[in-house]
Formats: sequence, structure tokens, C-alpha cells
Amino acid sequence: MPTFTFMLNGATASVTTAPDEPLLWVLRDVLGVTGPKYGCGVGVCKACTSHLDGAAFNPCITPVSECAGRAVTTIEGLANGATLHPVQQAWIDEDVAQCGFCQPGQIMAAAALLAANPNPTDAEIDAIDNVCRCGTYFRIRRAIHRAAG
Amino acid sequence: MRVGKGDRALGKHRLTRSELADPALEPEGDPREGDSSPDSAANRYPAYGFSRRRFLAYAVAAPVLTVVVTAVDDIVGPRSRPAAASPGVSGVFDLSDALTLAALPTAYLLKIVVTADDRVIVHVPRAEVGQGITTAMAVIAAEELDARLESVDAVLDDARPELLWNQLTGGSNSVHSLYTPMRTVAAATRARLVTAAAQRFGVAATTLTTRDSTVVARDGRTATYGSLSAAAARVTVPAVPGTPKDPSQFTRIGQPTTRLDARDIVTGKAMYALDLPNLAVPTVVARAPTIGGTVLAVDDSAARGMPGVLGIARISSGVAVAATTFDQAQAARDALRITWNPGPNANLSDAQIRAKLKAAAPPFVVPPLGSLSVSREFDFSFAPHAPLEVLTCVADVRRDSAEIWYGAKSPIVAAQQIAAVVGLPSDKVTLHVVRAGGSFGHRLFFDPAIEAAQVSKALGRPVKLMWTRNDDMRHGRMRPASHHKVRATYLLGKVLTYEHRHATLPVDFSHGLGEALSAAGFDVLSPGVTQTVFALTQNVPYNFGVATQTLTDVPLAFPTGSWRSIYSGQTATVNEVMVDEIARALNTDPVAFRGRSLSSARTRAVLDQVTTAGRWGRTMPPGTAQGVAIHEEYKSVVAYLVEIDCRDRTAPRVTKGVCAVDVGRAVNPRGLEAQMQGVLTDGLSMTLHAGLHIDNGAVREGSYSDYRFARMADSPVDISVIVMPPTGDPGGAGELGFPAAAAAVANAYARATGTTPFSFPILG
Ligand code: FES
Ligand code: FES
Repeated sequence: MPTFTFMLNGATASVTTAPDEPLLWVLRDVLGVTGPKYGCGVGVCKACTSHLDGAAFNPCITPVSECAGRAVTTIEGLANGATLHPVQQAWIDEDVAQCGFCQPGQIMAAAALLAANPNPTDAEIDAIDNVCRCGTYFRIRRAIHRAAG
Repeated sequence: MRVGKGDRALGKHRLTRSELADPALEPEGDPREGDSSPDSAANRYPAYGFSRRRFLAYAVAAPVLTVVVTAVDDIVGPRSRPAAASPGVSGVFDLSDALTLAALPTAYLLKIVVTADDRVIVHVPRAEVGQGITTAMAVIAAEELDARLESVDAVLDDARPELLWNQLTGGSNSVHSLYTPMRTVAAATRARLVTAAAQRFGVAATTLTTRDSTVVARDGRTATYGSLSAAAARVTVPAVPGTPKDPSQFTRIGQPTTRLDARDIVTGKAMYALDLPNLAVPTVVARAPTIGGTVLAVDDSAARGMPGVLGIARISSGVAVAATTFDQAQAARDALRITWNPGPNANLSDAQIRAKLKAAAPPFVVPPLGSLSVSREFDFSFAPHAPLEVLTCVADVRRDSAEIWYGAKSPIVAAQQIAAVVGLPSDKVTLHVVRAGGSFGHRLFFDPAIEAAQVSKALGRPVKLMWTRNDDMRHGRMRPASHHKVRATYLLGKVLTYEHRHATLPVDFSHGLGEALSAAGFDVLSPGVTQTVFALTQNVPYNFGVATQTLTDVPLAFPTGSWRSIYSGQTATVNEVMVDEIARALNTDPVAFRGRSLSSARTRAVLDQVTTAGRWGRTMPPGTAQGVAIHEEYKSVVAYLVEIDCRDRTAPRVTKGVCAVDVGRAVNPRGLEAQMQGVLTDGLSMTLHAGLHIDNGAVREGSYSDYRFARMADSPVDISVIVMPPTGDPGGAGELGFPAAAAAVANAYARATGTTPFSFPILG
């Protein structure tokens, strides 16, 4: 089996695996990086949302081979050491989470949105399609506006 | 010792709210060191009838201060068996009371440990599925202890069989039932810390004060709780009373508090069952195409050779495959060649199920002479709980013991059933309750834990078993479909009779709720547990003359389970839509009609709040409208006003929500607001677009792409929540809002479109 090397949260990661193994399971089952969550496995719920070269993507439908030589950031790599990313801080300030399961994906989606569009409108925030079964959308929206501050 | 005022046996006298909200507190009565015998309280508890309950807190022998609280009941008057609950009782004695009552007579309920490094560990016999129970418990403990909230850790207890029925997380009962015990144990802990400080300082304990996890003397000397813990553990009789504060002294309870685990969640550190570091191997199960289908034959020759496969095992629900990664397990599962026996409903689809439900609802009684009537019929589709974390469980079954990690809301029953399935004595099964990614009722059941235990035993290794999203949608438990016939008769603008016939599939309560109700003295056998729960929860909150609501169970073999707010999600939602229909027939404004027909002043007050704050009746463009609804349950009341935009009928959008909620006392208003905001998302989803379809005994939907639970684009940009000022002890909140939110959306839809919806979800 081939070996794939990529940057993971700022460090080099190498895995020997089938090329079509979805990155989500490489992260979770091989590398023990469990921040990205499984909620559907088919690119719908967005619970696994992470960043590939800074853009939001869904590791559950991205083969590991596509990540070779690129930079993967998961929720674990979003903060700068002990300093939270402004989106994470806004999430705490707005007390967004209920069960919390969707929130790594929500935060990564919001961080990617804000990186591309520092002051999104409500209509632009509506384009975030991540499911929150606890229904925290109202607070997510507020937290995004706060982080855009 | 105070004695009871008389016989308060259920069924003999109806318990009033104030009687129930007034448990005698004698927290420091008879502090016997080391007496934490799990049976001592249980043995004294009678099968039926009680008069007065008290919570006793005492320290147990330990190197650091460890205080527990237990409940005892002093019996006066004859024991008498409560009659089966009768419809209409719920306004007086309801499910909250029944669960609280069931929870009382057990071994120690709660434990607080003060560690030498200044942490306060609060052990909570409940699950955390997002409702913020752990934060609420920490707030209560910090309040009574005068501890820094940041130094309090709330941890979930493992399954504790000695707790009997008091480890069931459901019925929005956790804060309601644990509020007084938690205050009692925390206040008793503080008393011992103060006593230890008095001994150290050589001053009278009554001269000491506490703040920020520190005891402070008048001369300025201080001692941290951590530094006092070992000495406090040796205090036999506290020198100050361990009496909880008067609520007027509260500085924490009632303050908006951010969840204690907020930082763990936003950094990805919060761990759910599949995130736990262990050697368990990824496992999935091949399941039948139809619900309840079984394996006839399996050929696993191709699957066995697939990459990463570690084992294949036939279990009761299908064929399990373990592999190095979940992707490999799923690929090998798909390579299994299985012949299935069809499930029991293979020739049933939605239309037939609806027809059966409709036919089952009994007819109305003869209407009063000369009256006019409004008759309507409603139906609801099946609905999945669909928590975002699919059902998952880690199981390590050995030859003579087993260890299970599961986000269980009924861990005792789960552990017992796992023990039975794998052939171990039940005391050899340890079940750790882990944080879970949502429940909405689903995690009262433990089907995946049974499966994981079976697979672990068969393969002889620890496994982490995951239901895929497809499994969850197509084989998970569901809120059953229902049909409702409702008729109101009226004369001269006054409702004379109100009849509601609710026909549905039997809701499965085999997770321990039935036993809990039995323990509380309810005869659940003759009317059946579904009838008992229905009677305990359903109440027509209006002065509608003779009001009767009946439940008819239509036994069809689908996996059911209670869904956020149990029957009320359908029954009370229908009632609130009917109230608008009656108001329309009477040519009355629905808010004015509610105002004059509601029986409770508390409910009128929350309705007033939302109609004032939401500017009820403001002019709005055609195709848009407001709607209101109320709900009373769990000792709490709530009202919603929503605005909807139906100018595109295919994509109605709720644009605004105003909620007013009175839970008696909000321990954490910020968490309460979150529940009210979230449940509005639930309500609009279920009313407008989220439901399941059954085709030939199988669920059509497979994921969130076709099960249309709300997304950001469906969510109102403007939601405000008004938390009413405290008036007493906390009631329930987690499920409270659902019926009112769902009905307010339906009522707004009806007013915006001129078409009342009778079938939910409206968009099919
Ligand atoms: S798990 Fe990746 S989108 Fe759902
Ligand atoms: S917080 Fe529970 S799914 Fe979003």
C-alpha cells in the first residue's frame, strides 16, 4: 500500500493506506485525531468539516490521496497554542454549544467563511449547511457576527 | 424531626403543587459517619404512600471530604395504593412528580468530593446529552458551597444499580428532581469545611464566612477548601448548620452561566464514545432492508478477505464486521452476501398505517343538545430522533466481566440487559455513562450497547460499534405516526366539551420508565404503561367544560420510542392548533380567546409577555403572519409567538420567534434560553418539513439530505427569550417548549396562507 504524507495541524503526518480511504477515517482510526466527527459519511451533515489548504472541506468524502502534500487543519489545530481562534472565542462568548457534537464542524465552517469573507451578511451565513440537531443556529449566527466584529 | 401533615398517598388526595414543592429540609439530621449503606433508605421506603421526604447529608469515611445525600421518607398514616392515573390528573400530579417520587427512596443520590488541590467534584447520576445538566448541577453546588464555579467539575456516574429508578434521564426531570438534594449535599459540605477551619483558627465556627472556595475569619485569616479537605473529612458533627441558603441569598443560581465544557467543545477535546482512547476496533452491522428483517443466510467469504477485516459475527440484529478502520468495516459489510427474511411490516406503507390509525380512533360521544361544533382530524408522520452523534458504544466483554461505555440515559437497565445477553451476573457489568451528541429520547434505549456487547463477546476483543446514519434513520427508534380526531362543542361563545382521540403505535417505555412509575405507586399493569404516561402528561389547559383525551394504541411492529416531550409533541400541538380553529369558528382573536379560556394565570402571563414583546397583531404583508401557542408541563409554562413568511409556499421560513418561559426558577437562564431557542428549531422542522416515510416496511429517508431537519437557512435570524422571574423551585425545561413552538409555527402558517395544516410535516 502507498504512503501519503501531508501536514496535519502544523506537523508532518505519514500514513500507509489505500489511496481511496476517506481522510476522516485516516484521521480518526489511524492517527487518533477525533475532533472531526462522523455524522453521515456522505458529505451532507458537515460534522467532519475541516480545512484543506485553508478552505473548508469534508474529510468523509475526501480520499487521503487527495490530501498528499497539502495542509490539513482540524479543530484541534485551529487555535494558536493556548490562544483560541476568534471564532472559538466567539463560540464560548455566545455559549453556542448544546450537545457540542456538530460544533467542531460548525466552527471550522465559520472560520473558513470568515477567512474568505470577513463580514458576512445573514444571507451569506445562511449558506453554511452544517446540521445542528440541537438547533443552535441562532447562536451560531450571533457568534459569527461577533467573530466578524 | 418534623412529621408529616397527614396521608399524602397518591390517589387518595391529589397532591397540590405547593405541597410537592415543599419538601422538608433537614439536611443535617442524624449525621452518622460512614453510613452510606445503599439499602438503608430503600428498605425503609414503603411500596406505596409516603408522607414526608427529607434529604439527609452525611460524610463518608474518606481521606478527603466526601459528602453524600440520601432521601428518607417518614411514614405517617395508612399505606394506600394509588389508583391508576386518570385522565386530567396531570395538572395536579404529573410525570415530573411521578419520576421525582420514584427517585426518592434510593441509596445516596449525589456525592461531592473536595480534593486537596481545591477542586470540587460533583457526581451526577444522569446523562449529559446537551441539555446542560452538568453545568446546572455545578452551579447549584457552587452556590451552596460558595465555591468558585471554575473549580467545580460535574462528572457522570457509572450505572449504579443501587439507585434503582433514580438514574433515568428523561421527562425533563433532572434539574427538578436533583435541585434540592444537590443544595442539601453542597450545604452540608460547606458546613464541614467551616467547622474544620474553625478548629484550625481556634475561633467559633459561626464567626466564619465563605467565598471563592475559601473560608475567611474575621481577623482576615483564610483557608482554601482544598487545604481543609482532609481535616473536614474527620468532622463528625458540624458546628454550623448545613442548611441550604434562602433563595434571596443566591448569587449563582439564576445568573446566566456559560457551559462549563464550552472550551473543551470548541477545541475538539470533548470526547464522545467513539473518541475515547482505547484498543476497541471499529465495528458496523449489516442490517436488513426492512425494519425488523432477519438474517436467513450469510456468505461472508468475500468479506473475510477484505483489507483490514478483523472479525465477522452474526448477532441478533444482523451481521457485524470489525476492521481496522470504519471505512474498511463498511466496505466489508457491503461485501457480505446476505439473504434476509423480510420484517413484519413488509407490506405496510404510510397509507395503510394512516388508515389503520384513523380507523382505530374511537368515536365521539353525543354532543350537547343545540351546540355547534368544530371537528378536525390531524396526522403526523413517523419521526426519527436523529441525534447528530449516531448511536455508538464501546464494549469490552471478557470471560468473567464486561466494561461498557455508552451515552446511556437508562444505564441501570442497560447494564442489566447487557449482562443477561452476554451471560454474566449483572454486578460484573460496569457501564460508564459518557457524554453524548444529542438524544431527544433516543438514548433511553441501548440497542447499540447490546449489539456491541454481543460482538465483543463473539470476537473476544473490545469493539467500538457505530450505527451509520443510514442505520440510525432506517432502523432507529422513531416517534410513532399518529392520527388525531378532535371535536369541540360550543354554545354562545363558550366551549362546552372538548374531546381528543389520539391513536398511535405503542410507545416503547421498556427502558425503565414503567418500573419507575410502578415504584412511585402507579399501577402500570392494568391500564398499561402507555396509558399511565399519557394520563400523567396530558392535560387540557383551558376551561373547556368537559374535556377528555384518550389514547388508543395500534400495535404495529415498528421500533418506537418517546421523542422530545413524549405524547405532548403530538397531542398538545394538535390542541393548540385546535384552539386557533375554535377561535376562528367563534370569530375571535386567538390570543384574546386564549386569554379568557386558559385556566392558569402563569400561562396567561407568559402569553401576555410574548404578545406584547412580539407586537401581536402588527400589520404584516400578505403571505406572512404571526402565530402563537402555549404549553404547560413539567411544572413549567411557556408561550411562543412566531412570524412566518409563506410567500413562497414551497419554502416557508420562520423569520422571528419570541418565547416567554416560566420554569419556577431558572438555575441557569442562559442554558434555559438555549433550550427554548433549540426547541424552536425542532418545532419548525417537525411542523414544516422533517418526517419519515414508510415504503413496504422500510424507511425511505437515509440521511439529512432527505430527512429535512432545519439548517441555518431555515432558522429565524431573530429569536428572543423572556425568562420569567423566579417564584419557587425549578421545573423542567428540556422538552417543555416543543409543543408550543411546533404549534405556533402551524398557527402562523394557517394565518399566512389561509389554510390550516392538518398533516405534519406540512411539506410532506
Ligand atoms: S460526516 Fe462528513 S459530512 Fe457528514
Ligand atoms: S450542538 Fe448538538 S448537534 Fe449541534
